[in-house]
Amino acid sequence: MNIMTEAGVEQKLSSGTNAPLIKMKGEKVSVHYGEKRALFDVDLDVRENQVTALIGPSGCGKSTFLRCLNRMNDTIDIARVSGKITLDGEDVYDPKIDVVELRARVGMVFQKPNPFPKSIYENVAYGPRIHGLARSKAELDGIVESSLKKAGLFNEVKDRLLESGTGLSGGQQQRLCIARAIAVSPEVILMDEPCSALDPIATARVEELIDELRQNYTIVIVTHSMQQAARVSQRTAMFHLGYLVEEGATDKMFTNPDDKRTQDYITGRFG
Amino acid sequence: MVGYLVVLLLLLAAAAYWIGRTRAIASVNGDVARLHSLPGQHGMFLALFAAGPALLAIVLWSLVTPGIESSIIADRFSSELSGMGVPQVEAFIRDARAMAFGGVVGFADPAKEAAAAAYKSIHTTSTWIIWAVALVLSASGFYWAYSRIAQAYRARHVVERVLRAFLIACSVVAILTTIGIVLSLIFESLRFFQQVPFYKFLFGTHWSPQSAFTGAGTEAGAVNQDIFGMVPLFAGTLLITFIAMLVAAPIGLMAAIYLSDYASKSVRAVAKPVLEILAGIPTVVYGFFAALTVAPYFRGIGESLGLNVASESALAAGVVMGIMIIPFVSSLSDDVINAVPQSLRDGSAGLGATKSETIRKVVLPAALPGIVSAMLLAVSRAIGETMIVVMAAGLAANLTANPLEAVTTVTVQIVTLLVGDQEFDSAKTLAAFALGLVLFCITLTLNIVALRVVQKYREQYD
Repeated sequence: MNIMTEAGVEQKLSSGTNAPLIKMKGEKVSVHYGEKRALFDVDLDVRENQVTALIGPSGCGKSTFLRCLNRMNDTIDIARVSGKITLDGEDVYDPKIDVVELRARVGMVFQKPNPFPKSIYENVAYGPRIHGLARSKAELDGIVESSLKKAGLFNEVKDRLLESGTGLSGGQQQRLCIARAIAVSPEVILMDEPCSALDPIATARVEELIDELRQNYTIVIVTHSMQQAARVSQRTAMFHLGYLVEEGATDKMFTNPDDKRTQDYITGRFG
Repeated sequence: MVGYLVVLLLLLAAAAYWIGRTRAIASVNGDVARLHSLPGQHGMFLALFAAGPALLAIVLWSLVTPGIESSIIADRFSSELSGMGVPQVEAFIRDARAMAFGGVVGFADPAKEAAAAAYKSIHTTSTWIIWAVALVLSASGFYWAYSRIAQAYRARHVVERVLRAFLIACSVVAILTTIGIVLSLIFESLRFFQQVPFYKFLFGTHWSPQSAFTGAGTEAGAVNQDIFGMVPLFAGTLLITFIAMLVAAPIGLMAAIYLSDYASKSVRAVAKPVLEILAGIPTVVYGFFAALTVAPYFRGIGESLGLNVASESALAAGVVMGIMIIPFVSSLSDDVINAVPQSLRDGSAGLGATKSETIRKVVLPAALPGIVSAMLLAVSRAIGETMIVVMAAGLAANLTANPLEAVTTVTVQIVTLLVGDQEFDSAKTLAAFALGLVLFCITLTLNIVALRVVQKYREQYD
């Protein structure tokens, strides 16, 4: 698996493009929950091997947009998505697209750590098992180990892989969930406020991890913390009341935003 | 007579509530905020003290007087009763009571008529006494409480304490009843085990208590101890329960999974109550459904396959019982499956698992302890079920594992032992208590295990 991603990186380098490629593209994305419209014609690009932060006050639609990217909104009966979202140019809402395969390519880490009530090993092995990624027990062991290593958790849990994942601390649980997402070798990882249930030290650990993961994965993160967005992301998108207010390089967004609302929000005047 | 008294006291309580409220408001000249307790609490306080002690006295009186009255009669007529044994004395008192207050009288004779007259007069006196006692208690309680009502009086605390005592009393009644039933089961079973050794009962394989006595003319005490073996009944119970669970466990579980994870809200809103209607059908209806429809159907199929199916077969009873307990399994399992956090389902779906993979590999393992306890509760329900097996499984105590034969269960035999006209101290009827005790122990164990499993399950998520 390692080799595969590295090969991918090399291929990209050899193609000689300096500007990051666009990995996922949202065009006029709108979402209705029943009668209520949660998202209004959002156009947003997600660039490869970068961290894109979605910020904005509660209820502004940033999580809704995130959940459109791997069609997690499908699990909500009343949700209706319109517009177009592409992954490497393919429309993810195309009926021909297999949602199972899509979610294997676009993984997700949730707000609250949600390890399965299984052992640490089984938690990480879950994804590779259902997708048949490992041909042998040894190969599966390898995937589990490398995923835990990439999530920076391996050294802490290597002696208790068979203990329950729910027995870990909150920060460890969240890193376990990240390892679980990495194990299916996704191309994009969506993170929905991954640190909101963690203490500052665990948060710092996860942020560090996000920065490392950027080498191999494209990351979209929803966050309520301005500092976090500034620390971990290269691109930032500001949402408000279901509209995309503005989008741009994180440095520019936090120093010289175009929109007054963005300025007010990041300086703490509302939200 | 006493009924009027109770009604009177209740009216009094209502009046006292209103009076207490008014007085509390008056005591602060209408400025309710200055009262320590709300006006309604003062009213409740007055009502409780006006009617409560008197009602308690009436309850005590109705529990105690029949015994006292009988003992007074027995005392007064001791010369008439001196030559009689215990059952005759009881019959005498019973007849006297029946003559005095209406009821079925066995044999009337002058002595009994005299006793009846005495009964009447004693009862009239005691009724007057309780009226007087209740009214005095009520008046003094009212007076005492009324004089207490004032701006700073803590009526709320008193009311809360009284309510607590009342709630404790209610739970004590429930617990004492249970203890009483268990004790009576144990003592009657002990009497049975004096006549039939318990190892012959527990491990004997022959059950035909209808022929308990070797014949007319033999001594009443001569009991054939070898015909009280409960193994065939136990085996029959297990066989039918097993068949029932074979039907109910998969169907109930699948239905629960459908309802909790697949059905849309509108389907669920209709399907769940409809499924639970199954639980509301009286078991006797299931019984004749089993006996008149299912059993002949199975026999017909058996015949066409060249099998010999008894017209009352364990299979028919078990299948119908299984249908009966489907709602137990599905409703309880549905609850535990719903209790599995949505975040786990999302986590699994976010990794690209399909719905059925999520259910098989995440939801069901997480809900397994709860599902197991649901199954155990369903089993204990199946073991205790009577009506279906009475009607569909037969009465013959065969020791067999063949579901096509007629078998009988513990509950059925308890029914047949106690139906009919017989003494309640023969080995035959006492055997019913011993069976009841065994049944009680089995279901109790199952329930305890189920509760333990549920507790363990809860610890995982809280």
